[in-house]
Amino acid sequence: MVMKLTGGRVFDPAHGVNGEVRDIYVHDGRIVDPPTDGKIRSEIDLRGKVVMAGAIDMHTHIGGGKVNIARTMLPEDHAADVVARTELMRSGCGHAAPSTLTAGYRYAEMGYTAGFEPAILPINARQAHMEMHDTPIIDKGGYVMLGSDDFLLRMMAANDDQEAINNYIAWTITHSQAIGVKVVNPGGINAFKFNQRKLDLDEQNKFYGVTPRDILLRLARGVNELGIPHPLHVHGCNLGVPGNMGTTLDTINGIEGLPMHMTHIQFHSYGTEGDFKFSSGAAEIAEAINKNKNITVDVGQILFGQTVTASGDNMRQYAAHPHAHPNKWVCMDIECDAGCGVLPFKYKDQSYVNALQWMIGLETFLLVEDPWRIFLTTDHPNGAPFTSYPHLIRLLMDKTFRNEVLSKLHPEAQKVSHLASIDREYSLYEIAIMTRAGAAKLVGLADRGHLGVGGAADITVYTDDADREKMFSKPDYVFKDGRMVVERGDLIDVTWGTTHVVKPEFDNSVETALKPYFDRYHTQKMGNFKISDDEIVDDGRGSLTIQPLHKGGAL
Amino acid sequence: MSEMIEPGIWQEVASPFCGIASDDITIKVDGMTVTVLENADPIVKAGFETPITDTSPRIKGNKASLEEAISFITNAMRESSQSVIGGMATDLNGARSVMALADKSNSTIDHMNSDGAFRNLLVLQDTGWMNTTLTEVRNRVDLLLVVGSDIESSFPRFFERMVWNKESMFGQEIESRQVVYLGKAPSGNASTSPQGKKAQVIACDDNDLPEVLSVLRALVNGRQMQADSVGGIPLSELSTLAEQLKQASYSVVTWSASMLDFDHAEASVQMLCETVKDLNAETRCSGLPLSGKEGDTTANHVSAWQSGYPVRTSFNRGYPEYDPYLFNSQRMLADGEVDTLVWVSSFDINRTPPKTDATTIVLGRSGMIFDQEPEVFIPVGTPGIDHAGRTFRTDSVVAVPLQKLRDSGLPSTFDVLTAVEQAL
Repeated sequence: MVMKLTGGRVFDPAHGVNGEVRDIYVHDGRIVDPPTDGKIRSEIDLRGKVVMAGAIDMHTHIGGGKVNIARTMLPEDHAADVVARTELMRSGCGHAAPSTLTAGYRYAEMGYTAGFEPAILPINARQAHMEMHDTPIIDKGGYVMLGSDDFLLRMMAANDDQEAINNYIAWTITHSQAIGVKVVNPGGINAFKFNQRKLDLDEQNKFYGVTPRDILLRLARGVNELGIPHPLHVHGCNLGVPGNMGTTLDTINGIEGLPMHMTHIQFHSYGTEGDFKFSSGAAEIAEAINKNKNITVDVGQILFGQTVTASGDNMRQYAAHPHAHPNKWVCMDIECDAGCGVLPFKYKDQSYVNALQWMIGLETFLLVEDPWRIFLTTDHPNGAPFTSYPHLIRLLMDKTFRNEVLSKLHPEAQKVSHLASIDREYSLYEIAIMTRAGAAKLVGLADRGHLGVGGAADITVYTDDADREKMFSKPDYVFKDGRMVVERGDLIDVTWGTTHVVKPEFDNSVETALKPYFDRYHTQKMGNFKISDDEIVDDGRGSLTIQPLHKGGAL
Repeated sequence: MSEMIEPGIWQEVASPFCGIASDDITIKVDGMTVTVLENADPIVKAGFETPITDTSPRIKGNKASLEEAISFITNAMRESSQSVIGGMATDLNGARSVMALADKSNSTIDHMNSDGAFRNLLVLQDTGWMNTTLTEVRNRVDLLLVVGSDIESSFPRFFERMVWNKESMFGQEIESRQVVYLGKAPSGNASTSPQGKKAQVIACDDNDLPEVLSVLRALVNGRQMQADSVGGIPLSELSTLAEQLKQASYSVVTWSASMLDFDHAEASVQMLCETVKDLNAETRCSGLPLSGKEGDTTANHVSAWQSGYPVRTSFNRGYPEYDPYLFNSQRMLADGEVDTLVWVSSFDINRTPPKTDATTIVLGRSGMIFDQEPEVFIPVGTPGIDHAGRTFRTDSVVAVPLQKLRDSGLPSTFDVLTAVEQAL
């Protein structure tokens, strides 16, 4: 039997629907055509409401080793936001590094129905999936990190052909149960283990002689040739370094037109002008993004207050450790595979640098013209916790509000930014692109992020309100796979989302090299490294959804 | 994944019994009898080969059905006003079921190895650290400093697998690796190199370690010392060690917190971790805390991601409250604050519950012998023998899959505690 959602103003950019009044029919968790027999089980009156697909966070640190280090090291942060158990919900904690349970509930309460962990180390993928398994309601998935792992760098040093590298990429994505590939400070995490303290785009790793530029090209080409829909997800070189906009522009130009997603671009858009030798590179970066249609970005907006930064980039996190607030921090080298660094951080509105970071993020949002190629993130929790998204949406949609906040920030920072003069305000349609249709397309989710027939019935319903923060904080209804999970802003049902993966084809002969490699050098057998489908299903609550590859994906 | 290569013979089996979780073990299973064929060490052997004796639950010493036992526990949890789920020696799903039950029954959770674990956790929460993992050690270590710990007694294959392995990824000459013990001397020869080079030992009493470590840090940072010796160690020896650490390209400092059994050992762990950070100003150096026994790493991980806090967390007020002193289960039991203790111990028959007047319920490995028969005893399966599972290694990064090797019919901790939680 069919549920009818009647008369809402629908924003479904995947189908070009911009606020038109439509009825939506739901059956068995999917959006369906109107029933031919006219039989409706239930009807919900959405007249006057704003209807969008469930929102998708395409870059959020919700599971894995570094996130759990952040949780463990911040009892004082949790204490201010403990969450009591209810009949329906488990207890937990929120704020900067929330418990998995609370994270799932809060995402759903904000109208989000999927989140993707962007930094799954192959060797730690099992843990990332365990944590995501314990994250209720939302769908999840992740991007597996390559680029500082010994095996890839070894292949590149030996100048192995691209096909061999593609096989290794596909093998890794398959056995770590991922949907994309990420690279973090390409080769830099590895170089730090050889005591290199920085690695520019064309600087060689001491041991392998390989440069970040080579790594980016090899991985981006591999991802593209394998037909993996999500482009190579790049956390570039020199994160946070004043003047890194040059590196970022070189990275864009150096990728030779291949699809590339540059993440938390705000942290990579810094110049060195002015008295503070720290300035905005947002205009130049946005111009490069506008010009290069192969590039997508998410912003990694910072918002003021206490948070924690958790990153795979231990080289840059080590360099940043004097800024830890409170003064405690962790860096780890991990399994000749990757690394991580965790630093609590407080962004202050009266700090010149932090105020300018805030402005750079917003400038980027407003200067990049195509909302299909820019995504709304705070790099949770690195720029701010994901719970601040409604506030960020208001900053984008409401120029008066934005300039009011701006006027209270560090005065010198205000002087060097053009933000106040930018008139653009995002529309609801553009927000729906950025957080739904565009995000689904970018991640490679064929059946999510849209409201067309056949799509999953992940649907969020809002009351239109000029105060966009209020509007996006508490949706009227959220449906997950057709079940109402939120009503009038409150959680009323707890479901367990699926794990989205891709399964690119590859030649399994890659294991003839990998098996002895694990035996000789590693402390875990290749067979035990692999994560089986059963592990994702686990106690029966989990499930796998295999998303389609782009055409021509087979080797 | 470990696999059966011929009937009854399993290869690449992972051991959940020691924190380095070696997964190159070959096992023979004949009915209920398990024998380690390859890569046995005393801990792995005892872990896998302990025979099944009890197969039936007991209530007040009398044989009972599993349903009766579960119903008894459910009633006890319902009537309890302050319950503790302790021990927590279990696998991933066992720990998940502890969390779910504790949340629903307003219990406090703790792990049997918390005294040691908190010597590290308190440092993580106060100043942090720079650590590394087993494969990094295996391929990079050029100087291993072992502090206050006799590693081989608890982690018998540590040196074989991580220090005296045949080759390194980076062409390092393995024999050139140096091992230095500071504090306790090693009990055996595991730390001796393949060609017979013995570890250097700079011995001192545990009680002198805090002072010795402070001086070592001062020397690493180039401070001038007035004393000629500290804790019986000539200053020149410590100066040499400081210099070795500075000269090394990838030194690793390791300790087993459970062996640093003196008051406020967390302050010494902190001193050590800060020394490691200081060394990284110029060269690379990393810490490697050794633990991971009886599922302690797993318990703290699951507790942290589900509640935000490690163990020693109470759900008594309906939300998680963390206090390493107040919610130390031994202290709570000793002070008579607990009316019901659920003790989970599925790996080692010798890890029985502490003596207490509280109603005691044990989910234990088959074969446990009690000084004082608990109200309820349910022999549960051992993860990685009787049921599948996953466990974290000492480095908190790598989790290994555990297989079901035999069909003993014993319920898992997850089965039992989930049934109680559902019935509550």
